[in-house]
Amino acid sequence: MTAVNAAAPLLPRVSGEGEAAGTGHLEELRVDPIGLMERTRAECGDVGTFRLADRDVVLLTGPEANEIFFRAPEEDLDQAEAYPFMTPIFGEGVVFDASPEERRKALHNQALRDKFMRGHAATIAAEVERMLAQAPKGGDIDLLDWFAELTIYTSSACLIGQHFREQLDGRFASLYHDLEQGTDALAYVDPYADIPSFRTRDAARVGLVQLVEAIMVTRAAAPPPERDDRDLLDVLMSIKAEDGSDHFSADIITGMFISMMFAGHHTTSGTAAWTLIELLQRPDYLAEVVAELDALTADDPEISYQALREMPKLEAAIKEALRLHPPLIILLRVAKSPVDVGGYQIPVGTMVAASPSVSNRDPQAFVDPEAFDPARYLDGREDDVGNPWSWIPFGAGRHRCVGAAFAMMQLKAIFSVLLQRYEFDLTQPHDTYRNDHSKMVVQLAQPCVARMSPR
Amino acid sequence: MRTYPFTERGWRVRIVVDRDLCQGHGVCESESPAVFSVSKAGVLTLLQERPTESERRAVEAAVKYCPTHALTIVEDS
Repeated sequence: MTAVNAAAPLLPRVSGEGEAAGTGHLEELRVDPIGLMERTRAECGDVGTFRLADRDVVLLTGPEANEIFFRAPEEDLDQAEAYPFMTPIFGEGVVFDASPEERRKALHNQALRDKFMRGHAATIAAEVERMLAQAPKGGDIDLLDWFAELTIYTSSACLIGQHFREQLDGRFASLYHDLEQGTDALAYVDPYADIPSFRTRDAARVGLVQLVEAIMVTRAAAPPPERDDRDLLDVLMSIKAEDGSDHFSADIITGMFISMMFAGHHTTSGTAAWTLIELLQRPDYLAEVVAELDALTADDPEISYQALREMPKLEAAIKEALRLHPPLIILLRVAKSPVDVGGYQIPVGTMVAASPSVSNRDPQAFVDPEAFDPARYLDGREDDVGNPWSWIPFGAGRHRCVGAAFAMMQLKAIFSVLLQRYEFDLTQPHDTYRNDHSKMVVQLAQPCVARMSPR
Repeated sequence: MRTYPFTERGWRVRIVVDRDLCQGHGVCESESPAVFSVSKAGVLTLLQERPTESERRAVEAAVKYCPTHALTIVEDS
C-alpha cells in the first residue's frame, strides 16, 4: 500500500472541469452536486476524480470501493481536515471528528447509550406534544421550520438537559438554522470569504453565544442546583481553572453545544420531513402505518420503548426516506498515506469521498432504485442489512453514525405522536418538495408547506 | 470433577463480536446483563462466550437489536 507503483494507471477524471479561476468543479458542486457525482461514476466507474478548488477529490462508489473507504483506519483516510466549512461554525478549538475510540467515550458522555434511550423516548414525545399545543387545531406548517424547531428542543433536552431546553425558544432554532446555511462549498477556497451566507453564519454564532451567556448569567445568580438536578451546562459551569475563574467561556461552551447538536439536527429534521412527504404520496401505505401505530397503543396510550423497537412499517418508511433523501450526500476524508484502491494510486493529501446519494440508488444493489418501496425491508427482505456497503445513509463500518439508533428511535417517537393525533395533506404540487443543494448541509427548499388537522 | 447438567444443555453456540463495528451502545447489556458487560469507556466484555439455554431469548434479542450489527451467534459443534 505504501510503495509507489510507477506502472499504476492514472486516476480517471470526470469531464467538465471549469476554467473559471481554477476552481475546477466547485461551481457545479454548489449547484448540482448529485449530478456531478453521478456523472463521475458513469464516466469513471468505481474510482473517479473531480476537482474542488485546488484539490482533487477521488470519489469512490460501488460496494467494493465503499467497503475500502469505510474500513480504512485514520492513518490512511482521516476525517479531521475534510470538513473545513465546520470550523467557523463550531469555533476554533472544538474538534469536529473523533477517532472510533473517542466516539465510544462520546457515546457514554453524550447520553446516547441504550440505558438512557427509554427516558429520551418519553422526552421526545413530550416535545412533540408541546409543539402541537402551539396550534391545537393544526393549520399550515412549513415542514423545514417546524421539524427544525422541534429537533432543536428534542436534541437539547436529550443531549444537554431538560433545564437547558426550558431556557430556549424559537430564537435559538432560527439562529441555528442560519449557522447550517453557512456551509457553502466555497469554504474549500476560503471558509471566511466575504459572502452573505458566511456573514449570516458568523452573526448567528455570535447570537447563539449571547443567548447561552445570558442563560449562564441567570444560573450564576441563582442558588446552585441539587447535584442530581444538574444538566450539562451546570456541570461545565462548575469546572474552575487553577486561579478559581471559570474554565469554559460562553464561547467555548456554545461551540461544544453546537457541535453536539449538529450531527443530529438537520439530519433528523430533514428525514422527518421526507418521511412525511413520501408517506403522504402513498395513502394506502400510510394507512397501514397508522394502523400499526393504533394497534400498538390500543391497550396503552403511552408508547413503550419496546413498542418503538417493533414498528416495522413505520421503520421501513423511514429507511426508504433515508435511502432516497440521505441527509448527507457526500462523506469526505483526506488520504494520510498513499492508498491503492482497485489498482489506482491515491496520493497523500488527496481528498477521498463516498456518496450516500449515489450508492443508495445503486441498481446493482436495489431493485427499481428510484422507487419509494418500503417492502424492501419487510417480510424477510432486508435490503439495508443485505447491502451494508451500498445502503449507507448512516455511513458504515468504524465511522458509522453513533447516533443512528437514537435517530431511528426519535423519528419513530415523533411519528407515533403525530400520525395518531393528526392528519396531513401536501398543499403544493408534489414535485415542488425538493432539497436545496446549494449548501453542504442539505435542507428542504422552501416553501415546503403541509396542512395538518386533528384526526 | 466436570459436571454435565441436563437442564442447561441444548444450545451449542458461541457469540462473536466484530470489534470493528462495536461502538459500545450497551443494547446487549440491557438485554442480557449476564452475558454482556459494557464498560464506562464503551468496551464490551463477553461474560459468557458460550451462553446457556436460559439466556437464549435475551441473547437473541441482543443480537437482533445491536445498533451496529456487531454481534453474531455461531453454531458451536
